[in-house]
Amino acid sequence: MKGWQQYWRQFSLFALLALVLTGCGKDELSALKPSGPVAAMQFDLMKLSSAIMIGVFIVVMTIFTYVLIRYRKRPGQQGIPKQVEGNHALEILWTVIPFLLLIIMAIPTVTTGFALHKEYPKEEAVQVKVTAHQFWWEFEYPDLGVATAQDLVLPVGKKVQFVLSASDVKHAFWIPALGGKIDTNPGQENKMWLQADKTGIYYGKCAELCGASHALMDFKVEVMEQADFDTWVANMKGVQAKEPATATSPLAAEGQQIFDKSCLGCHAVAGKGGKMGPNLTNFADRERVAGIKAHTPQNIAEWLKDPQKMKPGNKMPNLNLDDNQVKALVEYMGTLSVSEKK
Amino acid sequence: MSAHASHAPNRSGLWDYLTTVDHKKIAILYLIAGGIFFLAGGLEALLIRLQLMYPEIELVGAKTFNELITMHGTTMIFLAVMPVIFALMNAIVPLQIGARDVAFPFVNALGFWLFFFGGVLLNTSWFLGGAPDAGWTSYTTLALNQYSGIGVDFYVLGLQIAGLGTLIGGINFLVTIINMRAPGMTFMRMPMFTWSSFITSGLILFAFPAITVGLVLLMFDRLFGGNFFNPDAGGNVVIWEHLFWIFGHPEVYILILPAFGIISEVVSTFSRKRLFGYSSMVFATALIGFLGFMVWAHHMFTTGLGAIANTLFGLATMLIAVPTGIKIFNWLLTMWGGQIRFPTANLFAVGFIPTFTIGGMTGVMLAVPPADYQYHDSYFVVAHFHYVIVGGLVFGLFAGLYYWWPKMFGKMLNETIGKWNFWTFFIGFHLTFFPQHFLGLMGMPRRVFTYLKDQNLDMGNFISTIGAFGMTIGTILFLINVVVAAKSSKRAPADPWDGRSLEWAIPSPPPEYNFVQTPLVRGLDALWVEKMAGNKGMTPAEPIGDIHMPSPSFLPFLMSLGLFVAGYGFIYHNYVVVVIGLLFTLGCMFTRSVKDDPGYHIHEDELEEKGVKA
Ligand code: HEM
Ligand SMILES: [Cu+2]
Repeated sequence: MKGWQQYWRQFSLFALLALVLTGCGKDELSALKPSGPVAAMQFDLMKLSSAIMIGVFIVVMTIFTYVLIRYRKRPGQQGIPKQVEGNHALEILWTVIPFLLLIIMAIPTVTTGFALHKEYPKEEAVQVKVTAHQFWWEFEYPDLGVATAQDLVLPVGKKVQFVLSASDVKHAFWIPALGGKIDTNPGQENKMWLQADKTGIYYGKCAELCGASHALMDFKVEVMEQADFDTWVANMKGVQAKEPATATSPLAAEGQQIFDKSCLGCHAVAGKGGKMGPNLTNFADRERVAGIKAHTPQNIAEWLKDPQKMKPGNKMPNLNLDDNQVKALVEYMGTLSVSEKK
Repeated sequence: MSAHASHAPNRSGLWDYLTTVDHKKIAILYLIAGGIFFLAGGLEALLIRLQLMYPEIELVGAKTFNELITMHGTTMIFLAVMPVIFALMNAIVPLQIGARDVAFPFVNALGFWLFFFGGVLLNTSWFLGGAPDAGWTSYTTLALNQYSGIGVDFYVLGLQIAGLGTLIGGINFLVTIINMRAPGMTFMRMPMFTWSSFITSGLILFAFPAITVGLVLLMFDRLFGGNFFNPDAGGNVVIWEHLFWIFGHPEVYILILPAFGIISEVVSTFSRKRLFGYSSMVFATALIGFLGFMVWAHHMFTTGLGAIANTLFGLATMLIAVPTGIKIFNWLLTMWGGQIRFPTANLFAVGFIPTFTIGGMTGVMLAVPPADYQYHDSYFVVAHFHYVIVGGLVFGLFAGLYYWWPKMFGKMLNETIGKWNFWTFFIGFHLTFFPQHFLGLMGMPRRVFTYLKDQNLDMGNFISTIGAFGMTIGTILFLINVVVAAKSSKRAPADPWDGRSLEWAIPSPPPEYNFVQTPLVRGLDALWVEKMAGNKGMTPAEPIGDIHMPSPSFLPFLMSLGLFVAGYGFIYHNYVVVVIGLLFTLGCMFTRSVKDDPGYHIHEDELEEKGVKA
């Protein structure tokens, strides 16, 4: 029987394919490329447990392969094999060894488990309140007095204490490169801390089936130097304290009018407006449109014309805007920025 | 009229199958129904994989995709593998314990029809306003009226009806195995498949009431504005998760234990050796069943139960690796020193071992809560549970079907097609699911209808879809094999594999009364003991005489039909229909209670002539 050889060839081929061709995934996204202490601790546990398990697998496969080659029935074989009842020594051996292996895994499981569940007060960590909605993310910084949506902004190297909930159905908050997920339960609050050790953009996901556009419930995490973060907070606060900036061009002014009439009911800008939809105060600074598409005027226009097309099942109605209105709105929304970068 | 009718009722064809209470025919019904649902679930899987073949394609819409994953998961677990397990249990367990029938033949038929009508009800949702789309776990609040459509009502009622069938089926097997064993068949002489069926039935008895309660509460929330799970009105969403998994976790052991039993039988028969460490196998099976009830919260590590609960449930889960490891080493040692043959049945059993080991290994990895925060609800989990349920259970079922097909149908499955079946399915399986471990770790959540282009997830998904084609080919080859076997004129011998347990002591397929004379069991591997003693067959424990048989009945079908109708009444809020359906069922129950049905006898001189027609 050459079956098992074929099996092995297949098996190692896929392992290689999956590993080499994808290089363990994208830095911004992969849990295999930890960028903070939480993800690193979790990665260590993954490595430990997979090492032990691969060890066990090798033992099983060695016996398996030997048995299949050595004891296959040969032509002309006579007699009946010895009917062995069992062997207590052996049976005890393969009860005790797994026990020992489990204990090796259990110890760091317990310590890491408790470390990850620590709660950090505001003196030690930035506090962020996360509320998940179908299909977008709301982020509030209660101590800093600012709020944003879709793009989470964090300072580098600092612990962040999250308090998470959901407004409608259950979602799960997951930034693989920074650490594992936690559910956002409607009607309850969960807590989790994370820390990013490198500046840059990370990808966040919703991990719990939450309706039609679950797959599109992405968000971005922008990690910046502490000084930049402080500036960002100051700017956000500055804008939120006053009226929305007066539009800079006639087209934008037209857009602002439409916006005030049709959009402010749901979207807040600079401290005014509703909370049904994402806060758009710093919309022009975002990484993505709707959390998924590149932040280009075309994509913004496409969204405005038919929000259901880009994210089926989301709660924003089709406002039946004509091309001119869309153009004006896109122009206006381009001015919704709190940073210097455009 | 005398108390006992002396003639077997003369029924044939469809009518025979609609009214049968013979466990062997019920087995065939379960197999056919399970097979059909399996194809439906497989088609759904294929559509899911096609949609994910490339990033950002639009083959099926987002909503349809969610319906597909929900129906795929629900169908596969409740309506595909479960009935195939019941098919094998029905076909084989009474034979292995030397019984003429199950304890309650009427209830056995009722169990099948409830399951069948529940499954049909659920699947009609596709044509009646949309399938359920809240996932097979139907987490609230997504599964409440406010957030999902009528499909979830089909889920609630379909599963409730099917679940009742499973529950009474399980109870029937418990009683059968406790009460109907042939003389000498002590518990510690029962074949492993019977043992695992016994423990599985026990798990059904304790686990299914949990989902029954959960479904009732969900039904109240959805149909009558109850607020058990609605946080806006003081409900609690996490309670549903507990109820679901208190059932759901044992459920996966309900599924896998019979597969363990099959592997034990097949590996030992084809090594020509008795099972190594039989008593530790029994002990391990019982322990797995017990621990299976202790660990449900490991599906909820990210729900926010806290560090203490997570750690305890994590450690308890790891413990299951110990009895499972015992089993794997015992199988290896059963083959050690044997004369191993590789017909298709054993190929699947041997292929099971490394595949299931991988599934078990990733299971232990998932039991580490802090690491699970990364794995949970990602494709890593999808890979893990398919390694267990397809690589473990489905391989086990294929092994069992190839092994017992001659006993059930009196025809051998073709070995050449069988080998192709195995290799395409096996390779396709690993191609499909191995890359998914990496996809999950690389940040792909499960239940996503698409993924964006710039995330390095393309290659793994593409390979995975190609693999799904391999499994499809394997499945089609199996169907071809069934047709080829049915067409062939060669009859299977009573004991084609040089078997060890009682089912091989009687003709293939068995006559309707199974054993002409109840056999006397003189050891583990009862038939093998006689073979070694140089006997031609089993020693009888009773003289030849008339055999009493239960009469067929159309009532199980009608009772289930009543509930089926009432189900639609609930879904469409038409309470007249509900009342009609329930009254109909109650009427049938009343008829059953008052009508004296003594069954009939097969006379001594008629014995030997009758065989079940497959
Ligand atoms: C042809 C073979 C199969 C293929 C290609 C396949 C593929 C898939 C895929 C792609 C998913 C969706 C994963 C996600 O996004 O969450 C899935 C889910 C699932 N599959 Fe399979 N599967 C197969 C066979 C089976 C079998 C035989 C079973 C059970 C006996 C099964 C049980 C499940 C369950 C329980 C789910 C979860 C559904 C949910 O999330 O609601 N699958 N499968
Ligand atoms: Cu979500």
